Amino acid sequence: MAQHIGAPCEPLVKVGDYVKVGEKIGDTDAFMSAPIHASVSGTVKEIKDVVALNGRLCKTVVIESDNRMQLSPDIKQPVVNSREDFVKAVRESGAVGLGGAGFPTHVKLAFDPDKTPIDTLLVNAAECEPYITSDYRELLENTDSVLGGIKLIMKNLEIPRCIIGVEADKPEAIEKLRKLTAPTPAIKVVTLRSRFPQGAEKVLIRTLTGRTVREGKLPADVGCMVMNVSTCGFIHSYIRTGMPLIKRRITVDGNIVNAPANFFVAVGTLLHDVVGYASMRKQPDKIILGGPMMGNCAFDPDTPLGKTTNAVLLFNGAPEYKESPCIRCGRCIRACAVNLAPTELEHAYDRRDAEALRKLKVNLCMNCGSCSYVCPAKHSLAEKNQLAKDFLRSSDTNKGK
Amino acid sequence: MLPLNKLIVEPSPHIKSAWTTQRVMLEVIIALCPALIASMVLFGVKALTLTVICCTACVLFELLFCIITKKERTISDLSAVVTGMLLAFNLPVDIPVYMAMIGCFVAIVIVKMLFGGIGQNFANPAVTARIVLMLSFSKAMTTWTAPFAYKDGVDAVTSATPLTSDVLPSLTDMFLGNRGGCVGETCALALIIGGVYLIVRGIISPVTPVAFIGSVMLLELISGGSMTDALYQVLSGGIMLGAIFMATDYSTTPLTAKGKLVFGLGCGLLTFAIREFASMPEGVSYSILLMNILTPYIDKMTMPRALGAKRGADK
Repeated sequence: MAQHIGAPCEPLVKVGDYVKVGEKIGDTDAFMSAPIHASVSGTVKEIKDVVALNGRLCKTVVIESDNRMQLSPDIKQPVVNSREDFVKAVRESGAVGLGGAGFPTHVKLAFDPDKTPIDTLLVNAAECEPYITSDYRELLENTDSVLGGIKLIMKNLEIPRCIIGVEADKPEAIEKLRKLTAPTPAIKVVTLRSRFPQGAEKVLIRTLTGRTVREGKLPADVGCMVMNVSTCGFIHSYIRTGMPLIKRRITVDGNIVNAPANFFVAVGTLLHDVVGYASMRKQPDKIILGGPMMGNCAFDPDTPLGKTTNAVLLFNGAPEYKESPCIRCGRCIRACAVNLAPTELEHAYDRRDAEALRKLKVNLCMNCGSCSYVCPAKHSLAEKNQLAKDFLRSSDTNKGK
Repeated sequence: MLPLNKLIVEPSPHIKSAWTTQRVMLEVIIALCPALIASMVLFGVKALTLTVICCTACVLFELLFCIITKKERTISDLSAVVTGMLLAFNLPVDIPVYMAMIGCFVAIVIVKMLFGGIGQNFANPAVTARIVLMLSFSKAMTTWTAPFAYKDGVDAVTSATPLTSDVLPSLTDMFLGNRGGCVGETCALALIIGGVYLIVRGIISPVTPVAFIGSVMLLELISGGSMTDALYQVLSGGIMLGAIFMATDYSTTPLTAKGKLVFGLGCGLLTFAIREFASMPEGVSYSILLMNILTPYIDKMTMPRALGAKRGADK
């Protein structure tokens, strides 16, 4: 019931209810949320708490499928005549940012054009994490829907221009997009350098528009809206068919996978079902949900995969790294996409220096992991930054008392 | 169901680059090899012997220190080998072995390990050891063997450094290292090859050496010297070795490109000032040491401004 950033949903069904595909099973009145729909037809077996990937308890509706995939009568093409209709339709679709963050899409769309006018729609097709190819496949296989979604957003929200940013390692996708957008000069396709973390929101805005999102501000404050490609594709298919977000493309890859591939996976599918479907040389001893740079380790094979899981990566025998003293090479500083000094932050955290941590702007760290990646002394710098943020939060609360 | 009950759970990122401290040091050693070969051509096998003695002594001192203080052994990171090579390059080829050993002791034990080992020392070990030896054994440290003397079978033919001599070798000789000087500092060509290698491999940034060498040349030109004078200045003494290999040491120089620029310019200015106005002919080691001391302050003033951070908030 919590597959997005914001308020979790409350179940709308009871144990024993019969639900059909696309039927809304969870919702809330809170603005910052997105409803959840049944991805199969069947009987509600149980409503229980499970430990989600982020370690928090999450209410879960367990549906036993009757394997008939009966469609819910609620599925019908939404009527969109105005900006408000559009935003409302997107909310009803259950759309969240499919790039991985899970920000409810309608919240982004519901900007106030008088207060924060948005002139540019940025479509994030950077997909900068290694291994993941789900957005790339979306671009290739579903190009018309992606462009359709972009045009719908531009038309309904009166956004005059759109820039699609694709990393240079996807030449086929760039070529196809260029060809199809040639008659629409308002949509521009820009080739980005293949460099992690190119797809991070603030970095992308900076690269594509030269605008800087100031500390504590949102992309809307600089006139930008950033959308993931797969989200655009989904919006188009929803407005056309009314089928809510009940499945998504997931990359299955890793060093023990024989044939890396993308699968459409129903929202709520259990992790071990996906793992069991992959052809592997060995048993995995580490499963990452998401990319290798920012993804989380799965700890329970029964974890249900949500709307935001873009990859299941299976590994065995990952190298272990031994930490050695910092040699002050400065690689972490050069690697940081938001110009932080991770090694200095590490020192500040090690001596629990709240003031220095604030000065060094640890709050701006987006945990992209680049600093830990490049460190020749193998320090877990990104992890330290997250600990430092926690430390600052707790020291703030202590002060408040 | 698959037996997935023993899963490793770690924080991201789950992949890391293949770079390790050991590999970085290995690259530096590779980059020092052209200069080592050049020194063997110029000064004979004695140059190699001295380098091997210094490296062995440095590694042993570090190992002994770790054993005695019950610290984790760090010799496998190869940084002691780098220090040993750099120190040997800073010594005249005919220096008595015990003096070289004292240099190694100063570099490894006093300058590096007592301050916490790799990454913790504030002063460059090889530079400091050179200064200590210079002050303790001025005569031996300034008795330079003429290049190719080993071929004539004459051992201690001394030749003064071009900085104090009246008869200057040609610029080509200076560039190729055919002049008196310390083991590894004379052949500018070999040092530049090593420096370019390090820059291409991403180990060092070109900022420091360019700023260092460039500022010395510029100051020489401004103070009324000709282009030839300026070239003599940067090809003599230890400028090339210092600018490429010692002013780029990670531990003792600033972290950011801006800081490295300040550091390089400072070194250049100090080297020029010492050579022109002080009683000593050579200023490279002192200028690097003085700038080492300023490094924490340079770092503090040149920290990068975070993307989107409020202006003035980091003051």
